[in-house]
Amino acid sequence: MIRSEILKEIAPILRDQLVVCNIGIPSQELHAIDDQPTNFYMLGTMGLASSIGLGLALAQPKPVIVIDGDGSVLTNLGTLPTIGNNAPGNYILMIVDNGSYGSTGDQPTYTGRKTDLAGMARAAGCDTVVEVRDVDTGPALQAAIDSGKATVLVVKCDSGNAKMPVITMDPVVIRDRFMRAVAS
Amino acid sequence: MNIDKKIADDLVANDIRFVTTVPCKQLAGVIEEVEARDDIFHIPSNKEDEGMGLCAGAWMGGTRPAIIMQNTALGVTINTLATLIQFYRMPLPMIISYRGELREPVACQVEMAVHTKALLAQLNIPTYHFHWQKDVEEFDNILKYTFMCNKPVAILTDANFWGGYGDQ
Repeated sequence: MIRSEILKEIAPILRDQLVVCNIGIPSQELHAIDDQPTNFYMLGTMGLASSIGLGLALAQPKPVIVIDGDGSVLTNLGTLPTIGNNAPGNYILMIVDNGSYGSTGDQPTYTGRKTDLAGMARAAGCDTVVEVRDVDTGPALQAAIDSGKATVLVVKCDSGNAKMPVITMDPVVIRDRFMRAVAS
Repeated sequence: MNIDKKIADDLVANDIRFVTTVPCKQLAGVIEEVEARDDIFHIPSNKEDEGMGLCAGAWMGGTRPAIIMQNTALGVTINTLATLIQFYRMPLPMIISYRGELREPVACQVEMAVHTKALLAQLNIPTYHFHWQKDVEEFDNILKYTFMCNKPVAILTDANFWGGYGDQ
């Protein structure tokens, strides 16, 4: 499965949750598949989805699901120790690990070679790290939500992108409707 | 006056309850003060752009944030300031240790100091420079201004403000 197929499959689970979605094609795909006020789309700032989600989870009690990528996590590796030492039970970091930089033309990342993100997360202090194949994403994500434990979910899948339109919504609109959804 | 305590007091008085820090020797006292406060959640970050991401999330979650960092890291935060904090119109007080200014003993620090105000000006970030201890009296107003206008605002605090660095 490629990322967009996974997102389609888990859209019913994501729909009622606060979601912080990674820059580029992941946000475009989520926006096209199931736009919700509870989705925060990153339009720039590669690497910070996990950090934004962590700040959000620490500031309020609702579950927060971060949809991140292997390339973006590699860009901001310092995030893993911060998560490992601080993440509350309402925090789920789902890393769609397709071994490539999808938004820039599927150039390979090091996770397609020797680098093991799940192992790095564990070494950084993350207590609950789950690694699954693409087809098992839905049940694993639901289990993470139900567990009430901070979870890093590494989803191994195929490289590839769906052709989706660029998000043209104004960033302040995205942010404002998201904040209203958070507060509701 | 204990400026570390005054800064922490003003943060709390302005309902700032989420503070991320990347250390600097000059900032050691205020970081210690922030860590000691029960009414502030202190979360050290490993890099300043990561810290700004944490602050953005905290603010969207309803908690006012601040970042405490060193000016030498300003370069690594430019993209985050432009494409996250400014693009989405978020408030962010940046309490910045202004290394490389008067009374600085380390020459290399001056190399970023000469770019600091220019970079902040290029980004149209309101910038205040604390040089004398009495300048801290403005801090409360600066925090109110930051959350009034929903912008990142820089407070540069030099070695003279902190009472010298390495020379006393």
